[in-house]
Amino acid sequence: MRLEVLLTFMVLYQLIADLSEKENKRLVINFTIIFFAIITIIGFFPSENTTLFGSMYINDELRMFLKNILNVSTLIVLLQSTGWLDKPENQSKTGAFYLLIFSTLIGMYFMISAGDFLMLYLGLELATLPLTILAAFDKNLRRSAEAGIKLLMSSAVSSAVLLFGLSLMYGVYGTLHFSEMALLTDASTLSIMALIFFIAGLGFKLSLVPFHLWTADVYEGSPMPVTSYFSVVSKGAALFTLALVLYRVFGPQPKVWTMTAYFLSITTMVVGNLFALRQKNLKRFLAFSSITQAGFMMLGFVNNEALGLNTIVYFMLIYSLSNLAVFGVLSIVSNNTGKETMDDFNGFYSTNPRLSLIMLLALFSLAGIPPVAGFFGKFFLFTAAASKGMYILVLIAVLNATVSLYYYLLVVKAMFINKNETPIPNLASTGYEKLALSICFAGIVAIGFVSAIYDYVLTLVG
Amino acid sequence: MNPLLILLIIPLLTIVGIALVKDVTKVRLVSAIGMSAQLVFAFILLYFFYQQRHAGNTDDMLFVSTTMWYESFNIQLKFGIDGISMAVIMLTAIVTFAGIFASWQVDHLPKEFFISLIILAGGVFGFFISLDLFTMFLFYEMAVIPMYLLIGLWGSGPKEYSAMKLTLMLMGGSALLLVGLLGIYFNSAPDGGRLTYDLTEIAKVTIPLDAQLFFFPFTFVGFGVLGALFPFHTWSPDGHASAPTAVSMLHAGVLMKLGGYGAFRVAIYLLPEAAHELAWIFIILTSISVVYGAFGAIWQKDLKYINAYSSVSHCGLVLFALLMMNETATTGAILQMISHGLMTALFFALIGMIYGRTHTRMINEMGGLMKVIPFLSVIYVIAGLASLGLPGLSGFVAEMTIFVGSFQHTDMFHRVATIVAISSIVITAVYILRVVGTLLLGPITNSHYLELKDAQWFEKISGVTLVIAIAIIGLTPFWLSDLIREPLAKMIQTLTN
Repeated sequence: MRLEVLLTFMVLYQLIADLSEKENKRLVINFTIIFFAIITIIGFFPSENTTLFGSMYINDELRMFLKNILNVSTLIVLLQSTGWLDKPENQSKTGAFYLLIFSTLIGMYFMISAGDFLMLYLGLELATLPLTILAAFDKNLRRSAEAGIKLLMSSAVSSAVLLFGLSLMYGVYGTLHFSEMALLTDASTLSIMALIFFIAGLGFKLSLVPFHLWTADVYEGSPMPVTSYFSVVSKGAALFTLALVLYRVFGPQPKVWTMTAYFLSITTMVVGNLFALRQKNLKRFLAFSSITQAGFMMLGFVNNEALGLNTIVYFMLIYSLSNLAVFGVLSIVSNNTGKETMDDFNGFYSTNPRLSLIMLLALFSLAGIPPVAGFFGKFFLFTAAASKGMYILVLIAVLNATVSLYYYLLVVKAMFINKNETPIPNLASTGYEKLALSICFAGIVAIGFVSAIYDYVLTLVG
Repeated sequence: MNPLLILLIIPLLTIVGIALVKDVTKVRLVSAIGMSAQLVFAFILLYFFYQQRHAGNTDDMLFVSTTMWYESFNIQLKFGIDGISMAVIMLTAIVTFAGIFASWQVDHLPKEFFISLIILAGGVFGFFISLDLFTMFLFYEMAVIPMYLLIGLWGSGPKEYSAMKLTLMLMGGSALLLVGLLGIYFNSAPDGGRLTYDLTEIAKVTIPLDAQLFFFPFTFVGFGVLGALFPFHTWSPDGHASAPTAVSMLHAGVLMKLGGYGAFRVAIYLLPEAAHELAWIFIILTSISVVYGAFGAIWQKDLKYINAYSSVSHCGLVLFALLMMNETATTGAILQMISHGLMTALFFALIGMIYGRTHTRMINEMGGLMKVIPFLSVIYVIAGLASLGLPGLSGFVAEMTIFVGSFQHTDMFHRVATIVAISSIVITAVYILRVVGTLLLGPITNSHYLELKDAQWFEKISGVTLVIAIAIIGLTPFWLSDLIREPLAKMIQTLTN
């Protein structure tokens, strides 16, 4: 509970800071980041398992770890956003930006810690509504406004779908408590429908195909730090919630959701890949790439045992760092030059060798090339699916991984091979941005080799 | 510490060294020192290998060390070598050494070039010393991926297209391979023991036949793509033609051997019953590779394309011989791997050197080079003669052994396939002699060629190393065949049981 409390203080501080400090926003930024870094570190201290509010709120080691992943990701996003907040037109928004980010984060904590579908829904709404404001944060840009509206509409629909699923569940089980539902089994058509509606509702958040249509436009329209937050933190929270509910509550009757995951995985990978092939704008490109990655995540759900949950969490950890590294480089470029298309990156290596190398490693990690971490994440996901004998699914997945390599290599090609008369000049990055990239870099390079991390996740899950 | 790890540590240190130094000459120097050290160490390893064998150590694998990596999946860092791996390690060390000297004059981003090249070589070394399927696969992909930048950045012609095609096809192959490996893993304990990626452990169990039949094609084709198995060979001509000299050398000389090595050690050896059942399909495909590659080479005018197609033909022969699954033929296959590795590396090195002088690779635009650059020309002739299987050079020993071995099968199907494959020797002679005739002999077609300079010192190092190796294998093949016969005999025995 301490994380939730501390974060609430953060939110309150932002309200006060916005009142008092009109001139020097730098102070607020520094203080916020240091304070949040402390919160992140506190999260790693061992804690007792707690249940509150009649077990509507549960906290255990696994949930703590999931929150820590979100915390680290959010911290990196905050570090990356400093360059963007330093821009004159954004300075007045600093307080609001932090306020909204932390509000959604609290919502996500509650989603993960939910012991009851009502709590889950509450957290979900808290996590979603501020995001719509964040998406529309570049208020002078048409496409940003469009992104906000689109996100609002699709979230509303997805909430409705999810709520419908929940109400059916209540009808079938007579309770919304996880611990009570886990003891009941029901194979009626109604309960299958309820479960599918629930998965669909969260599928919107995860941008699984066919619930992905909002993704590209929202990613493109939102400011860069917000896009980064969407693609990693918001997605991570949805994934973790889905995983916890399916494995912990519907674990005894896995047939429906493993089959759903099977088909969702295929559609998501294939469609995400096909659309990613032709993208020129890097934000749209990453939107579709993240859809494809969500498809890979669904592979894990095919395995209803600890191995499945374990590989999903492990993959998400690696995906977060890899994707954040890509966004880190993009946001440095975008803040300094405003350029966001693939062609702008032509000749990037000649002027910014270090950023290019980090980008290279991050893209390889997303594509699953050894020896960087993404390889291990993907390999273990495939192992999880194969252990259930789903070799055809694995075959489709590995072929999709090969296709995805094509478009990741297009970016590599732009940076390293393509010639450009006027490449992006050598960019200076701030200390915060460097720190963010260093964390990502260290993670991408080291996680795969340090098997202890995987084993740690295994002890939490098992 | 396991001495095999030094094979990985030297490249790693070399990469760090290259990253630290500034100017071009030092980059070259560090790379040359690193890879010379690697070559020397390979010889030391060979010496210790023999010493162990003479001391009466009859274990299948020597220098074995095991470290648990991912406990829950039973993934180990298990390294060890037998005679076959020892032979290909020697090959890799020699070709890498020659490759560094052949690319002495790379001046566009030299640092990045040598680093990528050494990552590639390191991946190959790692692959050959691994005894764990997971680590093997990891090194396999690590060896392939630097090719993209190497071809895309330093290549020539339609380099971006070729680089993408090569990378995607090889990665597609490794995708199939991954399915095969996972299948082997999950069937590695049919009697209910612990699942394992350990090659030597899996070889002891019998994987259920239906699983074998399902996963053998994935595994064999997965490796076969790298070994230029028809119809998955199309990356090879484009890739080799566009790649810079050293990359063609390493790729055709060493990386393609990963295909043959893996196809034998993983696909055939671990899934023997399926290999027996399904061999006929792949024998047909490899026969096509052999003949098609040779005919392809006849039609080409670009020197690199000629050699690339000839590689398809020769590597097809490796897979062809492995599928015969008897001792003689497989011995020939390994000999052919080594022989072709050296010979094709030499070819590509020479083509690079000639191209650097004449600025064309079209044979009909050149002529009479023997008179102006005699050193390079003579070496070219030697390489050509080795390629068409002249006795006294490595090619003869290898091909002879292969065909003797495959003729030991007395049934009609194998006989016909063998005869078809043998016909490639004649076709090989045609294109090799044609190149030698027009390119080196005959009148000088271009007066500009009169001013050409013969080989410089680094080119001589590169060429002479490879020629010596080819000649040694050709004249005294027994030390090599002794090295590989012993492990092969054991493996074939398990295969036939």
